[in-house]
Amino acid sequence: MTYDFFYKLFGSQVIAAIIQSLLPLFVFILPFALFAVWLERKVSAHMQDRLGPMRVGWHGWLQTVADILKLIQKEDIIATANDKPLFNLAPVLVFVGTYAAFAAIPFTSAFIGSNLDLGVFFIVAVSGFVVAGILMAGWASNNKYSLLGAMRSAAQIISYEIPTVMVIITIVMITGTLNLNTLSQLQTGHFWNWMIFGGPVFGVSKFLMIPFMIISFGIIYISTLAEVNRTPFDIPEAESELVSGYHTEYSGMKFAMFFLAEYANMFAVSAIVTALFFGGYQSPIGYIGHLLGLPWLVPIEQLFWFTAKGLFFVFVQMWLRWTLPRLRVDQLMTACWKYLIPIAFADLIIIGLITLI
Amino acid sequence: MREYFKNIWAAVFTVLVGMKVTFKHLFVPAVTIQYPDVKPKLPERERNRLYVNMDDCIGCDQCARACPLGIINIETVKALPTEDLKTSQGRKKALWVTNFTIDFAKCCYCQLCVFPCPTECIYMTDVYEFSEYERENLIYNFSTLTPEEIEQKKTNLSLFEAEKAKEKAAKSAAAPAPAKPVPPAAPTETKKEN
Amino acid sequence: MSIEVEEKISKLTEVQKRGNGLRTEHMVLNMGPQHPSTHGVLRLELELEGEIIKKVIPHIGYLHRCFEKHAEAMTYPQVVPYTDRMDYLGAMYNEFGYAVAVEKLLGIQVPERVDYIRVIMGELQRIASHLVALGTYGLDIGAFTPFLYCFRDREKILNLFEITCGARLLYNYIWVGGLSHDIHPDFVRLTKEFVTYFKPNIKELNDLLTNNKIFIDRTANVGVLPKETAINYGISGPNLRASGFKWDIRKDDTYSVYNKFDFDIPVGQGLMGTVGDCWDRYYLRVQEMEQSLRIIEQAIDQIPEGDVSSAIPKRIKPPVGQVYSRVENPRGELGYFIISNGGTSPFRVKVKGPSFVNLGIMDELSRGHMVADIIAILGSIDIVLGEVDR
Repeated sequence: MTYDFFYKLFGSQVIAAIIQSLLPLFVFILPFALFAVWLERKVSAHMQDRLGPMRVGWHGWLQTVADILKLIQKEDIIATANDKPLFNLAPVLVFVGTYAAFAAIPFTSAFIGSNLDLGVFFIVAVSGFVVAGILMAGWASNNKYSLLGAMRSAAQIISYEIPTVMVIITIVMITGTLNLNTLSQLQTGHFWNWMIFGGPVFGVSKFLMIPFMIISFGIIYISTLAEVNRTPFDIPEAESELVSGYHTEYSGMKFAMFFLAEYANMFAVSAIVTALFFGGYQSPIGYIGHLLGLPWLVPIEQLFWFTAKGLFFVFVQMWLRWTLPRLRVDQLMTACWKYLIPIAFADLIIIGLITLI
Repeated sequence: MREYFKNIWAAVFTVLVGMKVTFKHLFVPAVTIQYPDVKPKLPERERNRLYVNMDDCIGCDQCARACPLGIINIETVKALPTEDLKTSQGRKKALWVTNFTIDFAKCCYCQLCVFPCPTECIYMTDVYEFSEYERENLIYNFSTLTPEEIEQKKTNLSLFEAEKAKEKAAKSAAAPAPAKPVPPAAPTETKKEN
Repeated sequence: MSIEVEEKISKLTEVQKRGNGLRTEHMVLNMGPQHPSTHGVLRLELELEGEIIKKVIPHIGYLHRCFEKHAEAMTYPQVVPYTDRMDYLGAMYNEFGYAVAVEKLLGIQVPERVDYIRVIMGELQRIASHLVALGTYGLDIGAFTPFLYCFRDREKILNLFEITCGARLLYNYIWVGGLSHDIHPDFVRLTKEFVTYFKPNIKELNDLLTNNKIFIDRTANVGVLPKETAINYGISGPNLRASGFKWDIRKDDTYSVYNKFDFDIPVGQGLMGTVGDCWDRYYLRVQEMEQSLRIIEQAIDQIPEGDVSSAIPKRIKPPVGQVYSRVENPRGELGYFIISNGGTSPFRVKVKGPSFVNLGIMDELSRGHMVADIIAILGSIDIVLGEVDR
């Protein structure tokens, strides 16, 4: 594990822990957020028969870097009517909430920020942080649009956590573990061992489970989409209604923090979906490292597969965003309480019965 | 209950149909162009910045009167009979156009000035990139005469008219017919329309 | 500040005295003039209870440019560029209406070729205007992509206008008594190409947006405008027809050569909800585009030969008198009331604009809906602020 490596290198637990915790931020989250923003622009552009950014670098791949540099230079505007401490704290809290979720995400078998036994539970809990940040931002902005956006966001995220957790319970019920690393290891081998295909066990129950697993996957994907405020559930920042919701009043680097948090969050939820249903970091077709007898190659391959799977779901999120209109607040709640939660519940019971067979 | 499942089906199905449409467009070539690098081909009737061919302008002021915004400002000085002024079609020009300004900051590109022109010397071109930092720079002066030349034309005319008046006075003095009052020599004739 | 606060507090105690005991207050939300979906510089003063709208007061005039007063200082041909700038998405039709009105005042008959070209241009403009309406409506509801598809197709129409008269938005093309240019030699071929290109795109738009479940949920049964209310408020155009009233000036008070073409007037049927809801108003525009394509297809093959500028009077000096003439603009009834005192400038030009009249329904439609619905309602009414404020 990387922690042991750094511990041996520096001989200090504190330094090793700090490096261990900062590693995903600088190696993964920031580059990913920058890449995802560029990807979003390109995907949207090509879906709309446009070209998107083309100036900075090859096909504009440095455009986001340029934008971040611009945002850093911008004036940090704080209006006199703002509640300053909360206003300053909110973007940090939102970012921290997102960042902390990465702690329990298993990137490879060799690197996991913190191999918690309550991994999934931790991620769900720590995502709640984001709600506090958003509420703070909306309240401290002292702007009616921001407040409406924040209220909507709080209601939305709390509601949609219920179907998410229901589906997680379904998985936990089958596997008996909350540890994401163990979950990923369970789904080793080939892609038919993934949870979406009924998990690693063979038998009649596996085939009975597949349709219900697909429904579970649909529910968790939709509800995580709502948790990260993406279209069709982007009503907290609904551009055409609330200008841009809770971050209307933010400028410069604070705005950038909201922005980066949103894109990091997109990957975080995709990673959870991947770990729960699509084998986490496991390769669908076996490892070249094992084939060649190079064990050090395996974690790199695992990182590749994990990122690829995560990116695919991020792409689908973008694809949905540039296809769908957005729901209204009450319809959003209807979709959650009348459709997702009952279905998730029925799904939980049916899968429970199937596992008993 | 049927309605419930129908709703779910409709939502899933229509979302998938929409996704199919956008996915197809992912591979459709872009319809936009990289503007400053690639420029669109403009049709021949393009209506952009005006141009005045001063060789042909006879200073008739018709364009200035047609303009709904009154942004064309023409000042003229009468040419002397000795000066041979001709348009490219060989038409006689009776006036020196000392001032021909168009304020492009106000121009609405309606083309109303183009149609009445008898010599077709004012027309719209396909130049559309002419932004300026100062508003004054958008007032274009098309007159080809330098200030010295304008001054010269004016003095020429006043001299000529004074001479003419003198001649007339001499004539009327020579022939004691009912004497007409001598008109004061108008140095320049300016027209201004707003 | 303090006085305002005191006033508010005094109002609060009023409410408390009325007996519900709970300290409640309606929130006033200013939507616009700088807001992404007020379609320009409209300011809506919303009175909210939570997210429920209690009252809407539209404030207009941010784009007022004194069109009517300007027209009094201009000669008759000089007014044409100004009419363009009212409803800038339907500029061709504004000129059309003005030209028809002045011709009626002058008592002149334009050559048939002019009429045919005017009708083709007018219907192309109707499609272009509806494309903007539909695209921005999708944007209001939250779908970004249909907007760009609509604008891509609108560009093709603007290209057709550009090869004809050189301008893309504000044409000054339809003059009193004729046209500024004859059509370009390629125009007929390109228009036919456009018609064949555009037909499948309507289906694509329907797939992507019109029949989308989320879109239907957002718009069906929202902002229902009953037929009687629509008539009482003087609503015209697609909004009136969506309420189920078959009224189209092109057919009912025909002008130009519209009586020579075979086309239907679609009316709202309440396919997804109630007759006269936002979805009906939206879908009616889709259907109108199809009808406009039909008119263009018929007209493009029959353009008679002739001179487009033969009937343009050298000097427009109508006799003393007055005229009211109306045409079916993409947004409804566009009427010009012109008084002439025998001079070269009109004595008075009064415009009855459809957007201005249609905006009046805003409060009636929005009460009891949510903030998100007000965007849907405003978008479905399809106003152009340039014409509301003039």
